[in-house]
Amino acid sequence: MAGEKVALKHGAGGRAMRALIEDVFLALASPVDGIGLSALDDGAALRVGDRWLVVTTDSHVVHPIFFPGGDIGRLSVCGTVNDLAMMGATEPLALTCAVILEEGFARADLERIRDSMLEASREAGAPIVTGDTKVMGRGEVDGVVLNTTGVALADRVVSDAGLRPGDRILVTGTVGDHGMAVMTRRHQLGLEGDLRSDVAPLNGLVREALRAGGEDVVAMKDPTRGGLASVLHEMAGKAKVGVVLREPDVPVNPEVRAACEVLGIDPLVVANEGKAVIGVRPAAADRVLAALRAHPLGRRAAIVGTALAERPGQVILDTGLGRRLLAEPDGEPLPRIC
Amino acid sequence: MCLGVPGKVLTISEDGLSALVDFFGVKRELRLDIVDEPVQPGDYVLNHVGFAIRRIPPSEVAETLALFDQILKEAGSGDLMAEDVRGEIASGKERDRG
Amino acid sequence: MASALDELKFRDPEKARALTEALAREVEAVGRAPVSVMHVCGSHEQAIARFGLRAAFPRGLDVIMGPGCPVCVTDTPEVDEAVALAAQGARVCTYGDMLRLPGTSRSLADAQAEGGKVEVVYSVSQAVDLARQRPAEQVVFFASGFETTAVATAAVVLAGVPENFSVLSAHKYVPAAMDVVSEMKETNIEGFVAAGHAATITGWGIFEPFARRTGNPVVVAGFEPLDVLAAVLELVRLIRLKRAEVVNCYPRCVTREGNRPAQEKLWRVFDVVSGNWRGIARVPRGNLELKPEWDRVNARRRFQIDTAAVGGAARNTLADQCICGSIMSGLAKPDQCVLFGKECRPESPVGACMVSSEGACKIWHVYGGHPDLQEVA
Repeated sequence: MAGEKVALKHGAGGRAMRALIEDVFLALASPVDGIGLSALDDGAALRVGDRWLVVTTDSHVVHPIFFPGGDIGRLSVCGTVNDLAMMGATEPLALTCAVILEEGFARADLERIRDSMLEASREAGAPIVTGDTKVMGRGEVDGVVLNTTGVALADRVVSDAGLRPGDRILVTGTVGDHGMAVMTRRHQLGLEGDLRSDVAPLNGLVREALRAGGEDVVAMKDPTRGGLASVLHEMAGKAKVGVVLREPDVPVNPEVRAACEVLGIDPLVVANEGKAVIGVRPAAADRVLAALRAHPLGRRAAIVGTALAERPGQVILDTGLGRRLLAEPDGEPLPRIC
Repeated sequence: MCLGVPGKVLTISEDGLSALVDFFGVKRELRLDIVDEPVQPGDYVLNHVGFAIRRIPPSEVAETLALFDQILKEAGSGDLMAEDVRGEIASGKERDRG
Repeated sequence: MASALDELKFRDPEKARALTEALAREVEAVGRAPVSVMHVCGSHEQAIARFGLRAAFPRGLDVIMGPGCPVCVTDTPEVDEAVALAAQGARVCTYGDMLRLPGTSRSLADAQAEGGKVEVVYSVSQAVDLARQRPAEQVVFFASGFETTAVATAAVVLAGVPENFSVLSAHKYVPAAMDVVSEMKETNIEGFVAAGHAATITGWGIFEPFARRTGNPVVVAGFEPLDVLAAVLELVRLIRLKRAEVVNCYPRCVTREGNRPAQEKLWRVFDVVSGNWRGIARVPRGNLELKPEWDRVNARRRFQIDTAAVGGAARNTLADQCICGSIMSGLAKPDQCVLFGKECRPESPVGACMVSSEGACKIWHVYGGHPDLQEVA
């Protein structure tokens, strides 16, 4: 990390955050029987007998805490359930919930958040079994911070590093919904239009994909902060393959496309909270796609890219009209204001 | 700097100096000081830094696409002169090799 | 009836393929390589880079960006004037791109960090509103942009501004960009793509004397990918046929006479004067300054601007290795600069071309660093 102080970009899910983690936190890693910290995957997977114990944790600081399509409560449950699912653990055993509240936080808001968490927990089949509560003084924390940790047992772990040249890359639905819904609210950009977060638990959807694809599902990751671009860079980098992404094949809702066009933001770098990127061996790609589309959360699933032997670690964007490299996102996309 | 995105005029202000314009579902208020023609709701205008700079006639999209087709036709095989020139070059190449 | 989504017809891949195939045939028919053409508009470079068009262009065609970024060519002393005014207590309003443009020792962002009142505005009318809201302050609008943007400044001046508002003009006149390049000995530019939105204001007729004088054809292009492809195709055809003409490929926005009401306002408020462009030195008839009758709203006349106070040693020694001047003149490409993507990045720009969203280096960086992928099939 070049500077002496942490900057906002270090939490934004892109290059800078990865650099911070590698420079500062990787030193915490120690060898484990399984996938540990050094893999920098969505979670950890520890061998227990002939199965895997998958563990993941996430802190949620989204603002505004209530947004079209969801709130921080729903986000905290789904985010963790989804990280488990991305490792192949689609049957969550349990979630924890630790909350840090700012003095003065409205009780009614807290109960609304709790109701969302309960609903999401039921949707995912992931019971919340323990937690922690702290209150900090006014101004010492911004409203509410929620941390959830999830555990699950899995027979097979899917990493994000398994791509080989020729593998197909699928996305389970439209991209950019969550980030644009939150951003336009947060910055009060004077935009109207039906922008809703896609926040949803994906374990059921992923279960279907794994059932259809089995061992041919070789990489999975959810495109949260940093969007699809970030995930493709990670998958390409870890597997040492190139990736070509067909821009015209990436599903984007018209409202999201419009908001992005006007603000000068690329939907490919915008956060999603109800989508997965799945790498599949070519023979199984159509099968997995069909299974995704048969599920309510996967109706807009599409095959959007292919892994290549050339240009390891790089992502090529086929725009339909030409080609260029897709840059790895650095930090939070700020609107280019017209 | 704004790219100059076209938008659809929804309403004109009472004093006629500004308009509410819809860009792909996103609404902005634009000033009308420098637009080249009077503007009505339903018109399309080009925006630059908060000012409408051009009223885009509705027929222009179709006309532009036709222009592209014409350019395509004139270029390459549609242009007799081009064929002559290519023929010359081709025969020139033959000669140089011989 | 046109709909905004009709613009997407200008991104049709089928049509694009037909145009690029025709372009390959045209370039080949010219019979020599490379055929070099230049555009002078950041928005054209954005369209080319974003859609990866250079990968689709034939190998024998070089489409080069010239000095088409008005922020990039805003010279250091002009930035110093704005920084000095902020230091002298004025509230300086400017378009976002100007914030981090380096002055001799400081940018406006630096001035802001040091406590100066610097505001980013999205429109000049916002700056006027600010002045109305703060009658006790001097509000200065640091006006950047080519004539498309200058008309907005002219419009607000003519509509009447409060006493505490003034304009520090760094506006530039885009036809001068083409003159400058065509006069350079080292250049092989054979044709120009004119900036479509500047031409919306000025009309395409103003390029006819240029075409006659230089023997270079000029096409006017819009900003969707098909606009660019069709215009470049037409330009190469004109080059092949040795026709020094002006062809308007953007008829939905550009006419021969242009936007008369806008021109009228522009020339009631501004004169074209000579000045320096960053990286290119003296450019005759390239700057737009307020006419003498508008001295009362001209910040240069209202204030004694003390730029000596904000001068001093350049803080960034990397500036020696910056080749923005060559890049803007079309003699080098961003990825030929040793600093590109390393010491010089959007979050830590060394040169002007990396600061502005219309700058070649910034655009190339945003769109993958090397947007002309030519070796990937």
